[in-house]
Amino acid sequence: MAGKIATRNAYGEALTELAEKYPQLVVLDADLANATMTKFFAKSYPDRFFDCGIAEANMTDIAAGMATAGLKPFTNTFAVFAAGRAYEQVRNSIAYPRLNVTVVGSHGGVSVGEDGATHQAIEDFALMRAIPGMLVCCPCDGHEMRLAVEALINYNGPAYLRLERPATEIITDEAEGYTFELGKGVVLRDGTDVTIIATGINVPMAVHAAEILSAEGISARVIDMHTIKPLDEELVLKAAQETGCIVTSEEHSVVGGLGGAVCEYLSGKYPVPVVRHGVNDVFGRSGTYAAVLEYFGITPEGIAGKAREAVSLKRGK
Amino acid sequence: MDQIQSLKLTAAKARLLAVDAIHEAKSGHPGGSLSCMDALTALYFHEMKIDPANPAWEDRDRFVLSKGHCAPALYAVLALRGYYPEGDLKLLRSIKGHFSGHPDMVHIKGVDMSTGSLGQGLSCAVGMALAARTLKKDFRTYAMCGDGEIEEGQIWEAAMAAAKWKLGNLCVFLDNNGLQIDGPNDVVMPSAPLDKKFEAFNWNVITIDGHDIAQILDALAEARKCSEKPTLILMKTVKGKGVSFMEDQVGWHGKAPDDEQFAAAKAELEAAIAALEEKGE
Repeated sequence: MAGKIATRNAYGEALTELAEKYPQLVVLDADLANATMTKFFAKSYPDRFFDCGIAEANMTDIAAGMATAGLKPFTNTFAVFAAGRAYEQVRNSIAYPRLNVTVVGSHGGVSVGEDGATHQAIEDFALMRAIPGMLVCCPCDGHEMRLAVEALINYNGPAYLRLERPATEIITDEAEGYTFELGKGVVLRDGTDVTIIATGINVPMAVHAAEILSAEGISARVIDMHTIKPLDEELVLKAAQETGCIVTSEEHSVVGGLGGAVCEYLSGKYPVPVVRHGVNDVFGRSGTYAAVLEYFGITPEGIAGKAREAVSLKRGK
Repeated sequence: MDQIQSLKLTAAKARLLAVDAIHEAKSGHPGGSLSCMDALTALYFHEMKIDPANPAWEDRDRFVLSKGHCAPALYAVLALRGYYPEGDLKLLRSIKGHFSGHPDMVHIKGVDMSTGSLGQGLSCAVGMALAARTLKKDFRTYAMCGDGEIEEGQIWEAAMAAAKWKLGNLCVFLDNNGLQIDGPNDVVMPSAPLDKKFEAFNWNVITIDGHDIAQILDALAEARKCSEKPTLILMKTVKGKGVSFMEDQVGWHGKAPDDEQFAAAKAELEAAIAALEEKGE
């Protein structure tokens, strides 16, 4: 493992590093530049940074207008506001006219910690995924985030990118044969009994879960599904066929996110047991991020438990 | 024919085209389409730097119909300006075509922004004006808001932002016909004094009669001179203007004329067109 960094930090650094190479890139924020980490970009490229104040709906539509003129805007605020408060702006002014804007939701999931339920987005994937033509991406570590940022700058269309607050392990930089492509999941570890399909900071947790399971004689495949939409259906189908059961894992409600996407696909294509791991359709709560994750069972042991369930279901127990 | 006469004639023709399309579609919004038609005509036939043969021209001026339900007005003016044949308007709101109930920039030539959800278009226009500045281009951005629409809070977010960035390249019409679906603005949600509110938001405000072409042209010229502030042209208008039985009637906000009503509206508008043509000769 090569150290720890929050994906929001890696994001902020990547934006700044890529600014020179991509002159069409502009960055908008809603008075959260110090938290979303657009502050680095703002400092280096003040003419391409637009602080819209505490007005997320307005920011989102300003970005839409900028995109019509050929700029590539990245909008920034907390995920709960990006996907929630400005939902209809994303829907009607960015996605419907197919505009080239990346909507960035920082501080996704419950790992926001102390701020509590009002600031913990647990339905942002569901909201963004339900919009036709929207790409939804949630990188699992700082290394992957850097690659995702450049891929999204080059992507032409409406997209949602989720960042997370806590510093987490970097695992993809040393993963064998790792390459990043939007819409293509990555097998980080092979296995034959069950496949854990995870996204965001749940990916490193899933790798640890696989180690726990391995000690029990359960061979778990781990897929890093950084792009939730469009879903890498080929990889999901292969996992269902080869391992016979699936666990989905995300720092999101079990309703409508990665778990929803995998179930929707497999139920009509190749039904196998799918156990969804995430927040069980309840709001978040305050606490340190580690305590909150523990409270909701978003831990390697939590994932391992779901994997045991999936294997039992497969065996008909 | 002098320029003002010519614009009046074009506006009259656009009114007939829009009402015809709404009648054909059996639904739509005639009231607000008719109240903003003179300003739209002045924009597309006098003010804006555009090229109908090249609708995606990067340096063109932009227009955002923030009150998107008045799409028939925009579609009619774009047709008369040569973006597509007038006959295409027969497909307004039809499953057979792409002339949707609200403007669709993906499918309709000349539409610069998809709108319809009230309160969003002005922010998009702010984004276009900011883009011009960022890209060091001199195109101007125009928008049309409704006086019911400004009840949306986002309008005021956009108004603050436009003033923050001193967007002198942004000029917005406010179609103040005084009526919205549920009744008079003053009853539904009193918004006066609109001029003072926008002035307080640091806008350059010009109040005019929105059916007086000369006043519209003067206001547009004055707006160009104001480089440090966005301009709001607050136009007093009559909802349903040009069709006597629709004028100032809230019931004509979102209702199509039946065959008999359309025949009467058509006769009135054709008479207006004939009178303007005669005057111009």
